[in-house]
Amino acid sequence: MTRFLLLLLVALQLFVSCKSEAQSDAVASPVIAPSVLLGGIPVYSKFDDFEYWLHFDNDTTYVVNFWATWCKPCVEELPWFEQLHEQFQDQKVKVVLVSLDFKKDLEKKLLPFVQSRKLKSTVLALTDSGYQNWIDKVSPAWGGAIPVTLVYNARKRAFKDDQFSDYEELERMLKDLGR
Amino acid sequence: MKRIFGFSLALAALAAVVIAATAPAVGGIKIGDKAPDFKLKGVDGKTYSLADIKDANGKTPKGYIVTFTCNTCPFAVLYEDRIIALHKKTSIMGYPVVAIQPNDPALKPGDDFAAMQQRSKEKNFPFLYLFDDGQKVFPQYGASRTPEFYVLDKDMVLRYTGALDDNAEDPAAVKVNYIEMAIKYMENNQAPDPAITKAIGCSIKVKKS
Repeated sequence: MTRFLLLLLVALQLFVSCKSEAQSDAVASPVIAPSVLLGGIPVYSKFDDFEYWLHFDNDTTYVVNFWATWCKPCVEELPWFEQLHEQFQDQKVKVVLVSLDFKKDLEKKLLPFVQSRKLKSTVLALTDSGYQNWIDKVSPAWGGAIPVTLVYNARKRAFKDDQFSDYEELERMLKDLGR
Repeated sequence: MKRIFGFSLALAALAAVVIAATAPAVGGIKIGDKAPDFKLKGVDGKTYSLADIKDANGKTPKGYIVTFTCNTCPFAVLYEDRIIALHKKTSIMGYPVVAIQPNDPALKPGDDFAAMQQRSKEKNFPFLYLFDDGQKVFPQYGASRTPEFYVLDKDMVLRYTGALDDNAEDPAAVKVNYIEMAIKYMENNQAPDPAITKAIGCSIKVKKS
């Protein structure tokens, strides 16, 4: 029974993904310029300027992960986001890695990290330290610990307030949203 | 057709369950709740409870600033000097800081008891630095990150929870010290406003079951 349900789930996923592929729509390009570009990484010093990344209203599903180079569990799960990006790059899925590294560490730590790991997903830096003003705008369910991940499309949102246990859990979250 | 419809319903239910499972567990104490007391070992080897803590004047405290913090989290490190300064100021007013290290040292060796003792000695912590051995206390408070603060009144009722101030990265750019502000409200017999704030921090390290 469970197996049959799973099969059906997979079938449904395929059906849904085929359908969403049909309604083609270009991924919207950033609407607000970042404060700075650091070696190709857009840096937002104000949350308000960054916020549109959480509200694209198109046929793409966005996987937005909040992390930092100093955060061990975040760094542990980064390869799974890279794998997800790789796996779904032909589909309407966009992986966005939002670094919360400190301003003073961007050049010293973030940039070398992104370059040495050859990260393929979109990397952004958000350095607005007025956390109290914006954490709830990402999700009221977020206490403030990282990593967290927001998966959303024009219709639905889901929020993971923890590290993923493995790649499969991350992929399942994306699929459960019904892309 | 009917069968397929049934399955779709089951699928929707399944999906709902999966999505619900990703929501964080809501636990711990809320504003107005009595905070649980504890018996935890401090870096001096003695065991402490809130009930037997005194303020800087040797008196029963008017309140307690319980913070879950550690040695290893960069945010906790950023706040070390500020927690020391806070305790020096508020302990005289009757509100001592009680710091609790909640991480599992098996996952964060830099947070083991010996490392806590060393850090406390290096920085000359004027406040109690206790070890949540077995990780029983932080879930009762509902703590999720380091550093995280809980301001209790004399009856150990939670009056404020969240960040110490509004700028982790740059102490010079701090505009609001939430804890000092909460104490000011409490001194005037008012409810702190804001009573809850949020800040980025390190997740508390717990062994995966």
